[in-house]
Amino acid sequence: MSELETKERIQPGSAPGEDVAFEIIGDGDFPTTDMSLSIGPAHPATHGVFRIVLEMDGERVKRATPVIGYMHRGFEKLAEYRDYRQIKALVNRHDWLSGFSNELGVALAVETMLEMEVPDRAQWIRMLMAEWNRILNHLMFIGSYALELGAITPMFYAFRERDDIQALMESATGGRLHFTYNQVGGLKIDLPKGFLQESRRISTQVRERLPDYDDLVLGNEIFHGRTKGVGPLSTDVALSIGVTGPTLHATGVPEDSRVTEPYLKYGEIDVKVPVGENGDAFDRFYCLLRRIDASLDIIDQVHDHIPAGPVNSKLPKMVKAPEGATYVRTENPLGQLGYWLESDGGRTPWRLKMRTPSFSNVQAIPHLMEGALLPDAISILGSVFFVVGDIDR
Amino acid sequence: MGLMDQVELPQPVKYVFNWGRKYSLWCFNFGLACCAIEFIAASTSRHDFIRHGVIPFAHGPRQADLLVVSGTLTDKMAPAVKRLYEEMAEPKYVISFGSCANCGGPYWDSYSVTKGVDQIIPVDVYVPGCPPRPEALLDGIIALQHRIQNESLKDRIAGRRLDPVTLGADAPLALEGSSS
Ligand code: SF4
Repeated sequence: MSELETKERIQPGSAPGEDVAFEIIGDGDFPTTDMSLSIGPAHPATHGVFRIVLEMDGERVKRATPVIGYMHRGFEKLAEYRDYRQIKALVNRHDWLSGFSNELGVALAVETMLEMEVPDRAQWIRMLMAEWNRILNHLMFIGSYALELGAITPMFYAFRERDDIQALMESATGGRLHFTYNQVGGLKIDLPKGFLQESRRISTQVRERLPDYDDLVLGNEIFHGRTKGVGPLSTDVALSIGVTGPTLHATGVPEDSRVTEPYLKYGEIDVKVPVGENGDAFDRFYCLLRRIDASLDIIDQVHDHIPAGPVNSKLPKMVKAPEGATYVRTENPLGQLGYWLESDGGRTPWRLKMRTPSFSNVQAIPHLMEGALLPDAISILGSVFFVVGDIDR
Repeated sequence: MGLMDQVELPQPVKYVFNWGRKYSLWCFNFGLACCAIEFIAASTSRHDFIRHGVIPFAHGPRQADLLVVSGTLTDKMAPAVKRLYEEMAEPKYVISFGSCANCGGPYWDSYSVTKGVDQIIPVDVYVPGCPPRPEALLDGIIALQHRIQNESLKDRIAGRRLDPVTLGADAPLALEGSSS
């Protein structure tokens, strides 16, 4: 974390570095009433239909209560009525920015239950795709967070990269957001010809363009003013409410299941987990941005590893998981995603419980917002990266 | 609206008037779910619908002409969408973007999803797909502009709407235009 300068707390209502003395007029028992301010469910700053009710004491937030459920689509119940091939087209939609990583979790869960060997090539390609998907996700948040703080431009830069990566993934999977590329036992089809060259080219290109984001956002004085020291999350609180992903890494805990509990072939390569120090909004954003670098490193390693061979295994006409239950956790772009899959031996799961990262992460919002100023509330809201569909399922 | 809702405008005036309206669609994006990401993609540099005169920076529904409902509408959300639609001033248009907004999409059997935004507000153009490509949205916008060009404002304000267009299912644009 040497790049990060020491944090300085910016005085509310003052320009950076300048002190403002407040003078309290009166004897302090002037009667005031708290105002309750409802932001959302349709508000540009909540990127999605998320509602938050703030109890305000003047400009200060006394209490923040997230109201969720506006995007509840009943995934867990629907999964009980879809067979194992169909589920993956359902689950990649709950966190719509990480479609590939979601399907991966379900595929791994079913494979664990079937004790199925997945061909090596498929596993490496899955990793490649999962990392590209991670970058897609992070780019989106880089754009949208800057947008919430009032900077429109980074969004256009982020989509410049996103469009290239989406085109790349589309050439293999056929989808731009929802890939449905995983299959129980491997992948739907092999990579098209020339995919790896293109993938190498785009990874170099994204790497070359990443300094743009450092200059545009991270090195921006206004951005520093809006995020440094805003909404610090302590490690204890983060761990106690199950925060994961970049939001947790920002507090200095490098917990990442790709490292601590490697799945696929993550154990064979070097995975870097960028961490922050103070857990404030700036650190959260910093971790998110640096995770793109880390993912590009993984992608470069994967390119050299992909072996030849089949990408899927022979499946019976009807995939049926044996009776029993399993829990699979994977590192989704926003944190830890877990699927609890319980089967009674039928053609559909008996129960598919999701542990989604956004759901746990938004629980940090009331802690972060307490005592914050109203303009900071928006900054905090955007810095806890979440996808509404992933909260509500 | 004064005169416009009482008399049919003469053809040349109507032409110029509609031409002006169709190229300044202030758009309010009701981004609900995944499709909203594709909506944003359509507004950024590569697809750039601003070149078609769609301006995605409406400050709120009251300043908007076009409502794009992109994503899954849930029963809990439906009253808010209805209310925002009602806040918009006539003449107003609605594009339903994505299978979820059209008919419930992959959640057609879910207990909490509204099966189509047309159950609560009238839709002008349906763009199918899950998610539709940004190009499909451009196509939908062009279809809507075509419709605005040929429309009678008097009828519109009186609430006489044309039947909705479904991209890919209805007659090609040229035919639709000549029949109305
Ligand atoms: S139509 Fe598909 S992509 Fe669009 S909101 Fe519904 S599930 Fe998501």
